[in-house]
Amino acid sequence: MISINKLHKAFGKNKVLKGIDVNFNEPGITAVLGPNGSGKTTLIKCILGMVIPNDGTIILDDKNIKGEWEYRNKIDYLPQIARFPENLKVKELLSMIKDIRGGEENSERYIKLFNLEPFLNQRLGNLSGGTLQKVNITLALMYDSPLLILDEPTTGLDPLALVRLKKLILEEKAKGKIILITTHIMSFVEEMADNVVFLLEGNIHFEGSLQQLKTNYKSEKVEEAIAKILEGKNYNFSSNGHSKRDVELKIQPNI
Amino acid sequence: MKIKYFIFLCSVWLIAQNGISKQLEVCSTCPHKTIKSAIENAEDGDKVVVKKGIYKEGNIVIKKSIQLIGLDYPILDGENETEILTVNTSGVTIEGFQIQNVGTSYIEDRAGIRFERANNFVVRNNKLYNTFFGIYLAHSNDGIVEGNYVEGEAAKEMSSGNAIHIWYCKRVKVENNHVKKHRDGIYFEFVDNSLIQNNLSEENLRYGLHFMFSNDDDYINNEFRNNGAGVAVMFSRRINMSENLFILNWGKASYGLLLKEIYDAEITNNRFVENTIGIFAEGSTRVNFLNNDFVNNGWAMKVSGGCLNNQVSKNNFISNSFDLSLNSSAYENSIDGNYWSEYSGYDLNRDGVGDIPHRPIKLFNYVLKKTPEAIVLMRSLFIDIINFSEKVSPVFTPANVLDNQPSMKIFERT
Amino acid sequence: MLKILKYVGYDLLRSRWTYIYCSFFLMISLSLLFLSSDLSKVVISLMNIVLLIVPLIATMFGVMYYYNSREFIELLLAQPIKRSNIFLGQYIGIAGSLSISLIIGIGVPFLIYGVFNSPEIWNFMILLVTGVLLSFIFSAIALLIALKNENRIKGFGLAILVWLFLAVIYDGIFLLGLIWFNDYPLDNFAIIGSILNPIDLSRILILLKLDISALMGFTGAVFQKFFGTGLGIAAAISVLIAWIGIPAWRIKSVSQTKDF
Repeated sequence: MISINKLHKAFGKNKVLKGIDVNFNEPGITAVLGPNGSGKTTLIKCILGMVIPNDGTIILDDKNIKGEWEYRNKIDYLPQIARFPENLKVKELLSMIKDIRGGEENSERYIKLFNLEPFLNQRLGNLSGGTLQKVNITLALMYDSPLLILDEPTTGLDPLALVRLKKLILEEKAKGKIILITTHIMSFVEEMADNVVFLLEGNIHFEGSLQQLKTNYKSEKVEEAIAKILEGKNYNFSSNGHSKRDVELKIQPNI
Repeated sequence: MKIKYFIFLCSVWLIAQNGISKQLEVCSTCPHKTIKSAIENAEDGDKVVVKKGIYKEGNIVIKKSIQLIGLDYPILDGENETEILTVNTSGVTIEGFQIQNVGTSYIEDRAGIRFERANNFVVRNNKLYNTFFGIYLAHSNDGIVEGNYVEGEAAKEMSSGNAIHIWYCKRVKVENNHVKKHRDGIYFEFVDNSLIQNNLSEENLRYGLHFMFSNDDDYINNEFRNNGAGVAVMFSRRINMSENLFILNWGKASYGLLLKEIYDAEITNNRFVENTIGIFAEGSTRVNFLNNDFVNNGWAMKVSGGCLNNQVSKNNFISNSFDLSLNSSAYENSIDGNYWSEYSGYDLNRDGVGDIPHRPIKLFNYVLKKTPEAIVLMRSLFIDIINFSEKVSPVFTPANVLDNQPSMKIFERT
Repeated sequence: MLKILKYVGYDLLRSRWTYIYCSFFLMISLSLLFLSSDLSKVVISLMNIVLLIVPLIATMFGVMYYYNSREFIELLLAQPIKRSNIFLGQYIGIAGSLSISLIIGIGVPFLIYGVFNSPEIWNFMILLVTGVLLSFIFSAIALLIALKNENRIKGFGLAILVWLFLAVIYDGIFLLGLIWFNDYPLDNFAIIGSILNPIDLSRILILLKLDISALMGFTGAVFQKFFGTGLGIAAAISVLIAWIGIPAWRIKSVSQTKDF
């Protein structure tokens, strides 16, 4: 469905993506991993058209996405931070997305699932973080698009909500979608992912199934395998996502 | 011999008053159908009474000392062809007429009522409409012009005349008249020892009052409203102007009062409201500006070169765009002891006088003097800022233009 | 674009700031009208406030709104919608809601005082029109500055600087120019200098309509004559449109190539 060829992106002098070649064709969950500044968020934003690559192509269903916008009808996206215009009501935010995208949607289902009815007429500025995240998830899942991109979906979720989210993701997977997830939580990867893409310094260091990763690096767990990749490279990648050698990485914040 | 002659004349006059004089009536059913025939049959001291009606008799010339009285405003119509009443002798009274349609002339100064070399006259309670010149007095002394209403149809300065035009006269009283829509409302040239009082002059094309080469005159309690250029008083000495109202004389070249070459005048207790320039003074010397109010004018006072030894005191300067503007740097006039609404000083000892002097000249004023085009920046924030900073620490504005005793309170007028 | 505009509008028309802005003008206009029943004077006083406050608030509000809606913009960018539509929708939403606040804030008090039965109606209208144009001009500039500067402090600083330049510094340089070239005929210089700055142009357009133009004497007459000709009107309108059009066009092109 998506094939990415020789993708380059630099912010000023900082080269974030250095010729990425990767395909996402198989239905299932792909975890995009890497330390901060490795380029994973940039990669995702390139697919979404938020970041414009310097070089290389992204082909989605046989069409180059450069300068296009209609293709985003085929993508659902869950952004990392849920912040919306304060004075809009939840209802209005939902109808805005419906206005923009049109077609069939099943927001009702998620509103019920998350018990959002009492909040529909409230302003987004008055909602708690948890409720906002629920609205965020509703917005991401209300359309059935063949590609689903989740950027750090686990941040700020309580354990119960996390369980629910995992269930929802598995449901989407069952519909035969391609799902891309960036995360730092290795247990989450262990549990959910079918495939793993590991990015480091703007290059792909591993691409394959979860099983392959473990076998290649002779590890029981993903965490171990990742640690071994990083050891080979002299990097320390902790599960909280912060490299201890940030200086050498010249961190580009998640933009 | 002369005294005897005078006594004789007096007794003739007294006798005439006491019954020998007769009354001639004019109307469609009267013995006299026309005013002209009545005048022809009248003698000095007679009274010609004209009853209601329309009289189109062209130019009526009066050479006898008679009283010409209108009852219920008979109409004398010149049909836009001629002057209407011309008086060439002394002792004539004209009262109670409606005089209309003199018509414009480019050759002669036609008037509704003209007195030429005629003393001791009275022009009272007439209404004049569309008379080219309204009441025209020349070489005539000791007369009264009162209670007349003079309304013209002036459209252009070139083709219009003055409402009350007085030339080479002495001891004339102009009182309680209302003049409107002429070239000049009241015109004085070479008129001495006269009084202009309680008149309203409005909507005239040029000046509400045009005053030149006339000495020792008073004008008191008049209102000059919405005239093209305001009031001009020029080349005159010892004029007393008090209790007048100069209002709404607004236009590019307008002012409430223009003073030019004026010596020893008293300008007191007047009000100048909403004029482009309240008083524009040029070459005025020993003039006292006391107890006047300047409210909402563009410039309250604009003083050009050659103004010496004037005193500006006890005036109220309230909400004018500019209070004072000077065109010359040599300044020998006193402006102490006025109220300035812009004054921002304080009065610690509570004696009613501000403790720091007031500088009525703004920096912008100073700039405008050098670069008039800078007026395009009027009311911009930048100008407000530089005016303020100049006020706080003066650098450019003349240091000797100061009110050393600015009043903290508005001077109350009764 | 209309879809974005609609929801940006929903958001802004409920914003506290919109109400504060609107009630500020309501209070100012009402109290000025209360103090003086002379509509012409009130128009002048309001003009001073409008020419100061409208550009300042439009600048600040435009920058603030952009920085506060960064995440929302990202959400929109992931939707199937053209980039330029998102930003132009936001721009018109901001400028439009500021304009509506201004129109209500000034318009309602004047309506109550019967401006429609007054000869001042056209002076009042030109005040409103220039106020609206200034809202559009300065929110466009603000949005463009915010779009080009990710650093908020830099963005705010730059926006304030642009406002300060056009509201104050420009006039200072202009005045120096006038004094400097005092010996030359300055009419054309004065016209060009004041037509290029939207705040100066607005002020002069309003002043020329009011009685106070009599104070401007000969220079005022030159301006009156110029703005009475087709060329003058065309020049004034095209300058104001350029002040809106160029930043708006830049917003479009900058947003096209920007990374979020």
